[in-house]
Amino acid sequence: MAERSAIKRLFIANRGEIAVRIIRAAQGLGIHTIQAYSEADAEMLAVRMADEAICVGPAQAAKSYLNIEALVQAARDRDADAVHPGYGFLAENAGFVRAIEAAGMRFVGPSADTIDRMGDKVSAREAAQAAGVPVVPGSKGRIETLEMALAAADEIGYPVMIKASAGGGGKGIRVAKNADDLAQMAPQAQAEAKAAFGDGGLYLERAIQSPRHIEVQILGDGTDAVHCFERECSMQRRRQKVWEEAGAVCLDEGIRDKLCASAVALAKAANYVGAGTLEYLYDSAANEFFFIEMNTRIQVEHPVTEMITGLDLVQEMIRVSGGEKLRFTQDQIVRDGHAIEVRINAEDPILQFMPFPGQVGSMRLPEGDGIRFDHFLYEGYQIPPFYDSLLGKLVVHADTRAEAIVKLAKALDELSIDGLKTTAPLHRALAADISVLTDSFHTQWLEPWLEAGNLTATP
Amino acid sequence: MADIKSPVPGTFYTQATPDAPVYKAQGDTVTVGDVIGLVEVMKTFIEIKSDMAGTFAGYAVENEAAVSAGQTLAQLDG
Repeated sequence: MAERSAIKRLFIANRGEIAVRIIRAAQGLGIHTIQAYSEADAEMLAVRMADEAICVGPAQAAKSYLNIEALVQAARDRDADAVHPGYGFLAENAGFVRAIEAAGMRFVGPSADTIDRMGDKVSAREAAQAAGVPVVPGSKGRIETLEMALAAADEIGYPVMIKASAGGGGKGIRVAKNADDLAQMAPQAQAEAKAAFGDGGLYLERAIQSPRHIEVQILGDGTDAVHCFERECSMQRRRQKVWEEAGAVCLDEGIRDKLCASAVALAKAANYVGAGTLEYLYDSAANEFFFIEMNTRIQVEHPVTEMITGLDLVQEMIRVSGGEKLRFTQDQIVRDGHAIEVRINAEDPILQFMPFPGQVGSMRLPEGDGIRFDHFLYEGYQIPPFYDSLLGKLVVHADTRAEAIVKLAKALDELSIDGLKTTAPLHRALAADISVLTDSFHTQWLEPWLEAGNLTATP
Repeated sequence: MADIKSPVPGTFYTQATPDAPVYKAQGDTVTVGDVIGLVEVMKTFIEIKSDMAGTFAGYAVENEAAVSAGQTLAQLDG
């Protein structure tokens, strides 16, 4: 039957909650699941749920979940015909994709070439520009003189960030609000760059103040691509998302349409296969968005998109990777209501988010209409210390954002996991915060809020 | 002989990076607050500091070994 996916035996090269999620999706499609696990993960929930499981190495990820040779060998030994990488680990490693394909199996995701092209920031920026997707405006080529700097800044628009061409990271970055600032700062920046890197060349880029992080979910089958609307993921600590929403209520319909259309244009230009996400910065003051990078995999926060569209993104990515065409056109993807996900991590938010890999005691999990908890816990399970701290994701769906927050607060009150410290208290405090309730936050909002003691002040 | 123990479970490192020298070698002087190793727990690195002064006698576990909370990481001759 041509309609059926070519994938019959799926090897899951990941762990934790996403492995559980992939097994559920695959089993729902009638696919036999083979779970990889490290020596530290023999008792994890995904091993218990999978049709079969195979140890791929010691606890350290470098020797197991990042060990391409061991994973490919294990998948071959168990006659897998496809490998799902989940997120993290080898999910965006083109070498892994090539090794899987060389062994005669399919990779659930885009081609190695697409990963190479979209995984590199410079080539992804070029691909975006070629597809007509706006990127953060920057100077073309080296800036050598003040005259060049002033001319470039006029074109880019103030405020501008002044960076050393040769520099990396945040070192020596200055922000000029206007031409007077620039005239004063550019020579300083040039002297400093010369001293630090032996090269006085400068690069100018638009400084986006208090940006929103907004991303668009896409699905592609290699020829066609569709979007599944946007997510708002500005609530971040140390560049890690902690709270995610679908959609972004800060956008008006016009800008939302343009944003989503730009993502589809880039996905089509890349002949994208699978589920992917285009990340943007959104400047609310200027009502402009700029592409920053693409993630060529399923993302942690995909459930909020599933809640508002009714799609199963993991099943769809398995289908297209098995050679099927997309099963729907853009106008068949409709959004309904608002969804919020909060990440429940094994960390103590009161003690600088110190990891807390304990043993799961008795659990009370929220349930009900519009409530979903994706996790990998069971009573008595010992959380291993070797991997990231994500325990699960509490997701709620309601007609409006305000109702979703009310539902989230209630679900968080119902949630209790004995034996562990979790980030649930952070989310309870956020769900009651006026800036969160009024949707007035951005990527630089959470850390100062924590430093100001907002969490400890709330019982 | 005094033990320096891990406060958390995780992976123990005797050096800051694979290219860096080991924090302490046998016979080194250790003062209170000296870092003798790192434990990585859930992708967070925690510095293991000595709360005693003495002479470093040696590591009790190898670099990159899995350790449990309360396990002895190194020993000092006091």
